Amino acid sequence: MNIWIAIGVTAVGCYAVKLIGLLVPAGALERPVVRRLAALLPVALLAALTAQQAFADGRTLVLDAKAAGLAAAALALVLRAPFLVVVAVAVVVTAGVRALTG
Amino acid sequence: MAEQTAPADIRTTEGAPPEHGAAVDKTDAAVVRDALGVGIAVGLSGFAFGVTSAGSGLTVLQTCALSLLVFTGASQFALVGALAAGGNPLTAAAGAFFLGVRNAFYGLRLSQLLALPRAVRPFAAHWVIDETSAVSLAQPTRRSARIGFTVTGLSLYVLWNLTTLVGALGAEAIGDTDAWGIDAAGPAVFLALLAPMLKSATERMVAGLAVVLGLGLLPVLPAGVPVLVAALAAPAVLYIQGRRQADTSITSTSTSTSTSKSTSQSTSTSTSQGADR
Repeated sequence: MNIWIAIGVTAVGCYAVKLIGLLVPAGALERPVVRRLAALLPVALLAALTAQQAFADGRTLVLDAKAAGLAAAALALVLRAPFLVVVAVAVVVTAGVRALTG
Repeated sequence: MAEQTAPADIRTTEGAPPEHGAAVDKTDAAVVRDALGVGIAVGLSGFAFGVTSAGSGLTVLQTCALSLLVFTGASQFALVGALAAGGNPLTAAAGAFFLGVRNAFYGLRLSQLLALPRAVRPFAAHWVIDETSAVSLAQPTRRSARIGFTVTGLSLYVLWNLTTLVGALGAEAIGDTDAWGIDAAGPAVFLALLAPMLKSATERMVAGLAVVLGLGLLPVLPAGVPVLVAALAAPAVLYIQGRRQADTSITSTSTSTSTSKSTSQSTSTSTSQGADR
């Protein structure tokens, strides 16, 4: 049930911000500081999410096979690999390290 | 979905004439071809979401509901990640919501460009995401922008949802997704979305501070909350920069330099890379 609540709230919230953009008069959100903040907010969120999902298990910090997978993904990104390849590399390396270390 | 691929395209089109600026007579077929290229490439990434979501413990139905109803990739990944970590539904939704806020800024641009009738806007709104914005804003005329928006939106929506279903069913079939390393897909997706945004020192500072806050607070705050606190890295860095710029402009009385500096920073927020190819 909790999951459905989360899905419902997210769906409504995400749809609302999309619609607001189309409905409000141009210029209403165009203050430079607002635009800067809107551009930087995803940077902060994505960085925190990357770190947490790679180095946390629940509420404890861990260093496991996922770290190797993420490092491989970073290397793939540096080599300008396409999006799906980056994800696949992370998955394969993580699985490989797990298989080797048991 | 290749959420963060658009801003650069959008900002480049603002500053300079778009690449196709000369080709005002760009044919409808060329627009459709461009739009389908983006729609298909990114639409296939729904597979990664389906696998991750089902691997995080959501049912196939819940996974498909997210792709159908939320339809903005980074928010979907963030939500299932937060739920898997045991976050409460509202904090999990809050993180996903903040990631979706940028779509409002795309809508601002698009509403002028597409000039949609009021009755159509509630339907078009669902497709206001990075990719549709990038394709539309790169078009030379209103007609081609409308075609670009519609074709990208339709192809991406259909494919994203189909591949979500296939991925979710696949994850259910293989059972223990961790053994297959599927849990590494989430962080890899976020890293792939983040990497092209780390253009200037400002972005790197925000990202670094967010990592420290996100990991440092993890053991002491309830699940889902550290990510929201980490989001404060954005206003914090902006505030520090604002103060620094104020200081420099007072000492050097060269306000024009600091203004032009901040403009150039705001135009170099991110660049197109990764998922839309």
